[in-house]
Amino acid sequence: MSEEILTTQDLHLYYGEKEALKGINLNFTDKGITALIGPSGCGKSTYLRTLNRMNDLIPNVTITGTIKFKGQDLYAPSADTVQIRKEIGMVFQQPNPFPFSIYDNVIYGLRIAGEKDKEKLDAVVEKSLRQAAVWDEVKDHLHESALALSGGQQQRVCIARVLAVSPEIILLDEPTSALDPVSSSQIEATLLNLRHDYTIIIVTHNLQQASRIADRTAFFMNGELIEVDQTKNIFMNPAQKQTEDYISGRFG
Amino acid sequence: MNPKTQNKIAIGTLYGVAGLVVLILLALLGYILVSGLPQLSWHFLTAPAKAFLKGGGVGVQLYNSFYLLILAMLISFPIALGAAIYLYEYARDNWVTTTIRTAIEILSSLPSVVVGLFGFLFFVVKLRLGFSILSGAFALTFFNLPLLTRSIEDSLRTIDLSQREGGLALGLSRWETITRVILPAAVPSILTGVILSAGRVFGEAAALIYTAGQSAPALDFTDWNPFNISSPLNPMRPAETLAVHIWKINSEGIMPDAKAISSGSSAVLVLAILIFNFAARYLGKRLYKRLTSA
Repeated sequence: MSEEILTTQDLHLYYGEKEALKGINLNFTDKGITALIGPSGCGKSTYLRTLNRMNDLIPNVTITGTIKFKGQDLYAPSADTVQIRKEIGMVFQQPNPFPFSIYDNVIYGLRIAGEKDKEKLDAVVEKSLRQAAVWDEVKDHLHESALALSGGQQQRVCIARVLAVSPEIILLDEPTSALDPVSSSQIEATLLNLRHDYTIIIVTHNLQQASRIADRTAFFMNGELIEVDQTKNIFMNPAQKQTEDYISGRFG
Repeated sequence: MNPKTQNKIAIGTLYGVAGLVVLILLALLGYILVSGLPQLSWHFLTAPAKAFLKGGGVGVQLYNSFYLLILAMLISFPIALGAAIYLYEYARDNWVTTTIRTAIEILSSLPSVVVGLFGFLFFVVKLRLGFSILSGAFALTFFNLPLLTRSIEDSLRTIDLSQREGGLALGLSRWETITRVILPAAVPSILTGVILSAGRVFGEAAALIYTAGQSAPALDFTDWNPFNISSPLNPMRPAETLAVHIWKINSEGIMPDAKAISSGSSAVLVLAILIFNFAARYLGKRLYKRLTSA
């Protein structure tokens, strides 16, 4: 068992008065893919967004408990959200490339961080796009608008954009739910390529997807973490009745 | 009456109403252009006005209009941009922002003659700026600020929340996200808003009568020292604009060809504003294309 890179202890989250996460204890080991599954509104996306503090954008959110990244408290008053998000990147449900060229999209984080060396930037663009398995499709029009790409290509460019900042953890919030099956399977292949180099946490409501790509799977319901285990165990031999009901399609 | 006939009547009425609006607009434009265009000539556009004789032009007024417009924009744009960014990107919804928004709303519906009188009392008299381009530019700033702030805020609103999330998720700070992702994406629509408001400012008369004044001293277009009274760049000289000129010759013009000059000036004004509008659309589209696929 490799070391734990991200730990969550007794995490509660409230939208105003409503308790959306009711004491989550969940740890992630370095590298590999963890899938978060569960019915709509179960808190899996909310939980994901606490991990790089994207919930900060929403007013009236209260969070208690501890999340530690490599031993550092993410919610300590001295925590630097900008630094946190560089190390814990995020890909969203809707592909959201910036309205610039593909090239500019990928190097945006680096360029703003002050990197000017053209050769280095070129190298990063190629490496990131290759890692995201979209290089061959876009290499001849790197300087055209990213908005002209298909949804699946846009999403992989968004993954490349996150990779370019070289994060340790990549959070994906239902990255394929807005895509067609072919694009989805390309994204899955991309993620499988990345699992040896990054810690990947993916929210998905597609159970087959979780079973295909995840090393571990966590099942959420009503703001609680019901069960987390090796994906095989969750799907073949779940410990909890609720998990079994959900997996076998009895609800949700 | 069955739903189908109802539908037909509704569509017919809407077409009628829309047609009426277009017709009125075309009639107005047509009248102004038909009576004004024959007066236009290079001489008319460049010569100084004459008080008592035939054959005066509107060169000085035309120049004043542009100079005043540019000054007013230089003052109001940075303020409006800052206010819009604050209001949309940073401010939380509380009583302070509600108050600011209400104030902007009220300010934007202020009659421009009131803005003019305020400008007269405050800038011309109290601050002793006199009837000057500067007083006029400040008055126009007051006139323009609420509209421009609203329009920039609307431009920011059109940029999807996912773009902000995308920026932040890459480890950009909020400020970097705004300046490097949101603003570039919003530039085309901001530019359109700026040019459209420029059209309104260009045609404004009431706010200027008591601030920039109604006289247009002759300008020496070879003298670009802003401290000389006859220099076109001098911001402290009184400066009648085209719109004020139209108002003035219609109310007290004593030159024999007052009517012709007024028609010609109107045509110039309308043409300029039309050009602004088309330029806004064209540039907005061009810029969006360039920025999104550079």
